[in-house]
Amino acid sequence: MRAFWKANQLKLAPWLFLAPGIFMFALYVILPVFQSLDISFYAWDGLGEKEYVGLDNYVELMDDEAFYTALQNNIIWLVLYMLAVPAGLFVALFLNQTVRGIRIYKSLFFFPFVISQVVVGLVFSWFYDPTNGLMNVLLNAIGFDSIAVLADERFVTYGIIVAGLWPQTAYCMILYLTGLNSVDPEQIEAGRLDNAKGWRMLWYIILPQLRPATFIAVVVTVIGALRSFDLISIMTSGGPWGSSRVLAYYMYEQAFSEYGFRMGYGAAIAVVLFLIMMVYIAGFLYKMYRDEKGH
Amino acid sequence: MFPTPIAKTAPSVQLIYKIALPIALILWLLPLIAVAITSIRSAGDITAGNYWGWPTSFNMVENYTAVFTDSPIGKYILNSFKVTIPTVIGTLILSCMTGFALGIYKFKSNMLVFFMFVAGNFIPFQILMVPVRDLTLSMGMYNTTTGLALFHIAFQTGFCTLFMRNFIKNLPRELIEVARVEGVSEIKIFWYVVLPLMKPAIAALSVLIFTFIWNDYFWATVLTQGADTQPVTAGLYSLNGQWVAKWHLVSAGSIVAAMPPVLMFFAMQKHFIAGLTLGAVK
Repeated sequence: MRAFWKANQLKLAPWLFLAPGIFMFALYVILPVFQSLDISFYAWDGLGEKEYVGLDNYVELMDDEAFYTALQNNIIWLVLYMLAVPAGLFVALFLNQTVRGIRIYKSLFFFPFVISQVVVGLVFSWFYDPTNGLMNVLLNAIGFDSIAVLADERFVTYGIIVAGLWPQTAYCMILYLTGLNSVDPEQIEAGRLDNAKGWRMLWYIILPQLRPATFIAVVVTVIGALRSFDLISIMTSGGPWGSSRVLAYYMYEQAFSEYGFRMGYGAAIAVVLFLIMMVYIAGFLYKMYRDEKGH
Repeated sequence: MFPTPIAKTAPSVQLIYKIALPIALILWLLPLIAVAITSIRSAGDITAGNYWGWPTSFNMVENYTAVFTDSPIGKYILNSFKVTIPTVIGTLILSCMTGFALGIYKFKSNMLVFFMFVAGNFIPFQILMVPVRDLTLSMGMYNTTTGLALFHIAFQTGFCTLFMRNFIKNLPRELIEVARVEGVSEIKIFWYVVLPLMKPAIAALSVLIFTFIWNDYFWATVLTQGADTQPVTAGLYSLNGQWVAKWHLVSAGSIVAAMPPVLMFFAMQKHFIAGLTLGAVK
């Protein structure tokens, strides 16, 4: 036994170290993906017998107007959430100075990211409140009518996205601040000698060096956009009339809420969301694979 | 340094910058400032519609006391700790080991296992929701803080493995080679050689995971219900339903719920940012 261990230690050790982690991850993350795929082919209320229905759930999705609203909102989220990346860069450039007290300013700008989305949602609900919210008080003060952002189908999704952009911009800002810290000063000097200034300097010399930061910022923002759930649940519960639902929220509603325990249908929605995310995951893994090979 | 250091610009620009800085900060934090101000107003002000004028009285003590005495928020916060602390410890134990295995050893499926952890980390929660809820129910842990913590431990192991593995990969390999030549066992290498060097990574991940888990709302609503088990994020949502239009209480409650991660962030800022910006520089 001892001799065997001595001889094979190097081969066995990694698997012994990996075993608990792989077990937990497989049980709670990897397996459930396949279980959900399976459930999406059944009609199931979560308690009784499952009934195999083949592709019926997916066929129903194709005709479900609420599904298309949610999908469209997901796309709006994805597109507008990307604003967090340039906004974060802009704030980072603004704060990348060495005046007195700048560290405290940086921390306070980062603040929205540290607090829970539940709190962010409540804060913005209060901010948007149609009778007494600060936004409308300010609008009235400069002569505009109040806007009930969260009760208006036209504005509701945008209103929630603005709330989401707040912490997300803070996140991108901190990524860029770290990136700016390690920009090569010699290249900046060289650029200055070549008379590169302002935007040209930013575009041709700074941004290329910030590529790792930009990459991470885009990745976390895409994931954030597709994961959007908390803010919608807190601020509108998908309303008014389902107009602010996204796939993640619609799935939850179908599977768990008072609208019925349709686990199979919910799972089908989750599979669609998963496939969208898979495009990004595959891209990310491909880039990582290339980087690893490059080492 | 880019942009040009402000000290090297014209005095007028310097002045503008020094004025713009606090104004920008106030605008940026305006929604939060509004909440902080609301949280110290009296119920009278709220019903009279005096939201933005000078408060008739400062009710900071009353409002914050009311939040704790009239609602189970203390219990919610305790539940949050009961979920968050075991998750931080559990995740760190698992990911120190997985990170060590993937960062030190060269074996055939190393990359495959690593990519499994990375990919799993990006999965939308909804595709896990129904099976994880069933699993937790069948283990008899539905509506317990343990059940919620177990899921979090498993899921966060993905991100933490990525982090730990990259950290360990950058450690000097000679240390390990020397130890092996000396005949030190692999387990002892892990414990006595590598683990002490991982302290910065452990610190960074502790604060990050603490914040992530404290702020989790989705899984709290999926795996727990009621004041006996729900963490403060989900609790705050139900309190919001009870406190209709009592914005002074909602505001005070929000601030109480946000405090622990905020304090954690300010106390361990350096580690927090080091963890968050991993990979942002090459």
